[in-house]
Amino acid sequence: MMNLPLQGIVVLEFCQYLSGPSASLRLADLGARVIKIERPGTGDAGRKLAIKDLWVDDSSLLFHTINRNKESFTADLKNEEDKAVLYKLIAKADVLIHNFRPDVMGKNGLDYATVQQLNPKLVYAEISGYGKKGPWKNKPGQDLLVQSMAGLAYTTGNGSNGPVPFGISITDIMAGSQLVQGILGALIRRQKTGKGALIEVSLLESLLDFQFELLTTYFTSKQQPKRSVLANGQPLLGAPYGIYQTADGYLALAMMDLHQLADTIGCAGLKNFAKEDAFAKRDDIKRLLVDHLVTKETNFWLGLLQDAGLWAMEVMNWDELTEHEAYRVLQMEQEITVNNRAISTTRCPIRIDGELLLSTKPAPQLGEQNEAIRRELVAGS
Amino acid sequence: MKLLEDILIIDFSQFLSGPSAALRLADMGAEVIKVERPGTGDICRELYVSDVMIEGESTIFHAINRNKESYAADLKNPDDLFKIKQLIAKADVVMHNFRPGVMERIGLDYASVKQIKPDIVYAEISGYGTEGPWKDLPGQDLLLQSASGLTWLSNNIHESPTPMGVAVVDIMAGTHVAQGILAALFRKGQTGEGALVQVSMLESILDFQFEVLTCYYNDGRQLPVRGAVNSAHAYIAAPYGIYKTNDDYIALAMTNIPTLAGLLQCEPLKLFSNSNDWFAKRDEIKAILAKHLSTQSAQHWLAVLESADVWCAPVMDYDALVKQEGYRVLEMEINVKTGNGLTVSTTRCPIRVDGELLVSEKGAPTLGEHNEQIEQQFGLTSHLESVSK
Repeated sequence: MMNLPLQGIVVLEFCQYLSGPSASLRLADLGARVIKIERPGTGDAGRKLAIKDLWVDDSSLLFHTINRNKESFTADLKNEEDKAVLYKLIAKADVLIHNFRPDVMGKNGLDYATVQQLNPKLVYAEISGYGKKGPWKNKPGQDLLVQSMAGLAYTTGNGSNGPVPFGISITDIMAGSQLVQGILGALIRRQKTGKGALIEVSLLESLLDFQFELLTTYFTSKQQPKRSVLANGQPLLGAPYGIYQTADGYLALAMMDLHQLADTIGCAGLKNFAKEDAFAKRDDIKRLLVDHLVTKETNFWLGLLQDAGLWAMEVMNWDELTEHEAYRVLQMEQEITVNNRAISTTRCPIRIDGELLLSTKPAPQLGEQNEAIRRELVAGS
Repeated sequence: MKLLEDILIIDFSQFLSGPSAALRLADMGAEVIKVERPGTGDICRELYVSDVMIEGESTIFHAINRNKESYAADLKNPDDLFKIKQLIAKADVVMHNFRPGVMERIGLDYASVKQIKPDIVYAEISGYGTEGPWKDLPGQDLLLQSASGLTWLSNNIHESPTPMGVAVVDIMAGTHVAQGILAALFRKGQTGEGALVQVSMLESILDFQFEVLTCYYNDGRQLPVRGAVNSAHAYIAAPYGIYKTNDDYIALAMTNIPTLAGLLQCEPLKLFSNSNDWFAKRDEIKAILAKHLSTQSAQHWLAVLESADVWCAPVMDYDALVKQEGYRVLEMEINVKTGNGLTVSTTRCPIRVDGELLVSEKGAPTLGEHNEQIEQQFGLTSHLESVSK
């Protein structure tokens, strides 16, 4: 077994829900020891947030998904005795992550300026909703709301639809990913300088960065990118880019030469369009394709397209995907046992030295490592 | 000191997945050299995009490749390859996103590069992994969205499967490879050893769905069902969604229905006091809400809801967003200058370090712009020269 890259790194996570916890999950899978600092009695509010009413124990399956491979230590940030213990922990930690609204950590004596005194080598990382100044700084940093404000809902769905949000918490996940990058960069610099860092990310900036191609195009053209009226794939791209219904399912077509497509699928009407029309006349072109592709089965089209080297793919659901050999060879699922009950979840998507980063350690019970961590602190002090 | 000062990255990748990772590493302080094919370069330079071009190259290329250098080299030419190997000998990171087998044929696969630079961090992005029946398929964003089940999560149930309108697969794979590279560089600092970092677009987009896939794995493998009315998330109860008012759209996140009914003075909603109904009857609830919200303006409703701390927001397009003070204070827009003296407006790195923005004025390079400079900087010599010495 290889040395995990972050072996020996201790991360204190003062976070709830998804953005911060998804960042520390990645750090845990890369080898760090992650300790969730939770409020006694209730803990991370994510413990009580379930989807489809699925529960593993006192905590939801969703919480277990996001917080596997971590430990839990309870502390009341307003209690001075607990604070003293936390200060000891912070003095020994490498990374501290929080996703409270601005000022909360400061009110509790846990802001960067204060804890830097205790541990100058600490990498202090925080996620806010909208940054720390300006009129939005106290707005709730919630995924759908940030998607709505950041213009993202006008990228997806057809031009005839209203704004369509992404059906995954893209904002939380992007902010978590950016935070991980900042933390790792700071740990690399610390190896050379011996000094910690303050790493700040906001949900809104992360989601603007996510749209950097669209925004750069917008800054240049000053024109709001428009979704195509039908089969919208990406507002910046011309026909045929999009998803089309066939006689028995759906087919995705990426960028390709229109005339080559016309020949390959026997759609003569496409030849009436010049290659330069692919963007300007994309709705007319897509209308032709909608009418043509619905006449035969997905596999029929896919065979023709793939033989011609054109970029096409069947649209699958999870049943079709997970039964496919191409999915199975990835070994994306791992099993974790919690209280004698097995749950399946995904693993870290990164491979190091040809090995999968797997972990069977389940999410912690609230305060599960309280005693062990206190003992370590006493023994180490 | 910049986070990645003195780190040298040789990037063979094209399009978005690999180049977006290299961009982030450049913003954090690394020197990134893009190795491109003479004549054409990164295919993304000419990617046909909504007729918006900057000096004959796509705006997308400029967004992705600012803050980098370009070195044109034909990897099939022994002289060029000889120089590239000298460059690799000085590098910390080599990265590529070719299909499996391509780097082996060129002789720049991990095993070969390790001979040149034993502590190299070698990172690669594939479409579907390096084995299995899909390994040679094109790793293209929309195709991966379609294969991964992702398109069944957005939009309403009676709409076709709906792709996300941003290249989310490329970007997720890029962040994962950047994370792997950074973690490997950290380990190299501790132990001196290099690493092989591998990411595939398919694994990355499955990881992106980890919350809902875990639900699917454990609920008897039931497929997601999108809502029929204003669906924003297949697994979240009413009122979660975007609603049309009598002028603009507003978004409502998780909220207690009776509280909402009271605030909005929406009598029919008051019947839904049992929180179990908020998921089971979400379409019914949202239809009532949609009808009610269409009677007044966005501003009216937002004022009512915000004063009660209900999670809500206006829905904006870019025209509306960039006029907002809350957007302006972020200073998200930067101007970069290309080698030709052209100014391009784009976005900056979203990470702040020690309270400072990570900004750079360096625009995307022209093809081969830095060949001479790089050959001097690293003392690269051609095969013939070294033989004659």
